[in-house]
Amino acid sequence: MIAIIDYGMGNLHSVSKAVERLGWEAEVTSDPAHILGADGVILPGVGAFGDAMRELSESGLADVVRQAAASGKPLLGICLGMQLLFGESEEHGQHEGLGILPGRAMRFAGEYKVPHMGWNRLAFRQDSPLFEGLEEGYVYFVHSYHVKPDDESVLLAVTDYYQPVTAIVGRGRVFGMQFHPEKSGDVGMRLLANFLSLCGTKPQA
Amino acid sequence: MLAKRIIPCLDVKDGRVVKGVNFVNLRDAGDPVELAALYDREGADELVFLDISASVEGRATMIEVVRQTAGEITIPFTVGGGISSVDDMKRLLRAGADKIGINTAAVREPNLVLDGARKFGSQCIVVAIDAKYNEAWGEWEVYTHGGRRETGIRALEWAKRAEELGAGELLLTSMDADGTKDGFDLKLTAAVSDAVGIPVIASGGAGTPEHFYDVFTAGKADAGLAATIFHYKELSIAEVKGYLKEKGVDIR
Repeated sequence: MIAIIDYGMGNLHSVSKAVERLGWEAEVTSDPAHILGADGVILPGVGAFGDAMRELSESGLADVVRQAAASGKPLLGICLGMQLLFGESEEHGQHEGLGILPGRAMRFAGEYKVPHMGWNRLAFRQDSPLFEGLEEGYVYFVHSYHVKPDDESVLLAVTDYYQPVTAIVGRGRVFGMQFHPEKSGDVGMRLLANFLSLCGTKPQA
Repeated sequence: MLAKRIIPCLDVKDGRVVKGVNFVNLRDAGDPVELAALYDREGADELVFLDISASVEGRATMIEVVRQTAGEITIPFTVGGGISSVDDMKRLLRAGADKIGINTAAVREPNLVLDGARKFGSQCIVVAIDAKYNEAWGEWEVYTHGGRRETGIRALEWAKRAEELGAGELLLTSMDADGTKDGFDLKLTAAVSDAVGIPVIASGGAGTPEHFYDVFTAGKADAGLAATIFHYKELSIAEVKGYLKEKGVDIR
C-alpha cells in the first residue's frame, strides 16, 4: 500500500488515482501507523509552504515523515511536497522545512513570468532508478518557488527556465519532483511507476 | 524553455458536454470524462471545463465530473463557471481540479482572487477575462455574465489588477474574435501579455494551425484555447502541434 499523506492541502485525489492506475493500492491518510506501515509514502502538496509546514507540525505528521525517511522507506515529495523536504523556504516570510534534504526554496526572481507554469523538458544530471526506460521529456510544472540544494549530489534532473531549475532530487530512497508526475502525461506516469517499483512488488497482478 | 500549450475547452451543463461534439469512436460524445480522456490521448496539454449549469444540482454534478476526470487523465485541468466563494474553490480542488477559473465573481468581488491565491496558491487561480473592443475608449472593455454585461472596466487595467491580487494566469477571451474562426485577437492578446507578468491563455477565434502560430508569436500568448474546431474535428491537436513544431515553436 502506498500512503498519500493527507494534511489538508492539495490535490490528493489525482495522485491517488494515478497510483491506482499503476496497479498499487493507494490510501489517502493522516494516520501515522498507516504511513509508517506503508510500502511507500507520497507527500503531495499544493498551496503555501508556511501553511503546509504548520499543518504538518501541528498534526505531528512532520515527525512521521522524517521517521519514514530515516527508516529507508521510499518517500516521494511532489511539488510543494518536494520543497517541504528541504531545510527552509522564503515563501511569505522565512519558514523551516522538514530538513530531510539540505537546501532551500527561493522565489523566482527576474524579468520573466512567475509562476513557472507549463510543460518543460527534463535534463538528467545523473543516473537514477527513476529514469529506467525513460528519455528526457516534457513534464508539467506549476510553481513560484524553486529549490536550491546545498549539496549538488541530490540533484537528479533539472529543467531550463531562465536558469537551471531543480526538477528531480533524490538521496537514498527519498525523492522529490518539483513538477506533477500525475499531470505529466506518459513521462510522468513512467517516473511514478519507477518510484513505485522501489516500493516492492505490486500487490495486484 | 516552456512549451506553448494547446488547450481544448469543454462546456459542460448538468454533467453533459454541450455545443455538439462530433467525435466518432466515442461511446458517448456527451460524456465529459470520456472526451477529456480522448483529448489527453490526442496530446492536449491541458483542459478547461466551463460549467454552464444554472442549478445547484448541476453544480453538484460538476464536482462528480471533476472527480472522475481527475482519475482518468494525466494532464492538468481547470474548472470555471459559477464559482463564487473560497469554499466552491476548495470543493473543486479537493475533487481533483488543478486550477479554478473565476470571471464574473472576480470582477464583483476582487478579494476572491486574493483569498483564493492566499489559501491555495496563485498557481490555482485563473482569472478569466471576457474582453470586447470599445470604440470610444480605443481599448478593450471587460464583460461579465458570459459576455452579456458590460462593466465599464478597462481590460488592461483589470488584467494588471488581477495579477496584483494574486492570479496565477489569465484566460483571455476576445468577444470580437470568438466564433469567427478568423484568428485570435492578436492586438488584445499582445497588449494584455505585455501588461502582466503571468501567463496568458488566448481564447476566441482559432480556425487554423497558423492562428495558433500567430498568437504564440505576434500575440505573445503562452497558451491557445479552442473549443468548436477541436470538437468538430475541423482541426486535430496533432495537426496544430505538427505545424507549430515545423515552425520552430516549442511544443511538447
